[in-house]
Amino acid sequence: MNAVAENETQAIRPQPVNTEREFVASNVNILETKDGYVLEAEMPGVNKEGLAVNLEGNALTLEGRRSTPPATGNLVYRESRDVSVRRVFELDTSVAAERISARIEQGVLTVQLPKAEKVKPRKIDVN
Amino acid sequence: VPQTWTFTPFRRATNLHDEVGQLFDYAFGRLAQSQALPGARTPAVDLYEDKDNVTVQAELPGLKKEDISIQLDDGLLTISGERKQEQKDESAESYRSERFVGRFQRVITLPSEVDAEKIKATYTDGILTVTLPKSEKAKPKQIPITVN
Repeated sequence: MNAVAENETQAIRPQPVNTEREFVASNVNILETKDGYVLEAEMPGVNKEGLAVNLEGNALTLEGRRSTPPATGNLVYRESRDVSVRRVFELDTSVAAERISARIEQGVLTVQLPKAEKVKPRKIDVN
Repeated sequence: VPQTWTFTPFRRATNLHDEVGQLFDYAFGRLAQSQALPGARTPAVDLYEDKDNVTVQAELPGLKKEDISIQLDDGLLTISGERKQEQKDESAESYRSERFVGRFQRVITLPSEVDAEKIKATYTDGILTVTLPKSEKAKPKQIPITVN
């Protein structure tokens, strides 16, 4: 039983960011519910147009390019970074890849990763 | 460069944390995740200026507009608020929580006098934009020259 639990903990593993192209890693929250995983990633300034969510094999890549136009005037002082945000997660087979869905709202990307039917908890009737 | 109460080094540390932290989190599991960095509580701001306006943009992803407060007092613009803990399903288990929860505040010294009555703020794609029109006396004046 322990091995199964451990595997579930490892279901979504972070990968190091690609340092050759410049990216920042967005902050994420990951929750597991009985039906699946919910991943939230902060991407301020990114909307649907600048967003790419790709699944290749079992690697889920979230990448966001800031779409917010800069304000008018001279930039006097800057703390935001003019780079895209990116993060890659490795999914295990407990995720039903064909049912992954995503939406972005006020700069937060929410990805729903439903569990495959076979890994959902199931009550076994005892005769 | 405006004076600020908070400073950028933490910001850099945050970014570094993002990269190094992933390895850290991986090694130490949930222990490392509970540590919120000071930098997370002071949103990054950009400041723009032209002859008519001062514009401040702050990165505040995933808030409700009711949770953001903007105040102007004696040339200091304060952006503050709180990101509340979301109601979550009791049976849900958290694997990662890097997004910060709690109060944030940022005080920005404006480079010019502004007209408090005309300040406008919008919140789009997680970016707060505050446009502060300069007061008439702070605007540059063209002085006509007369020739006798």
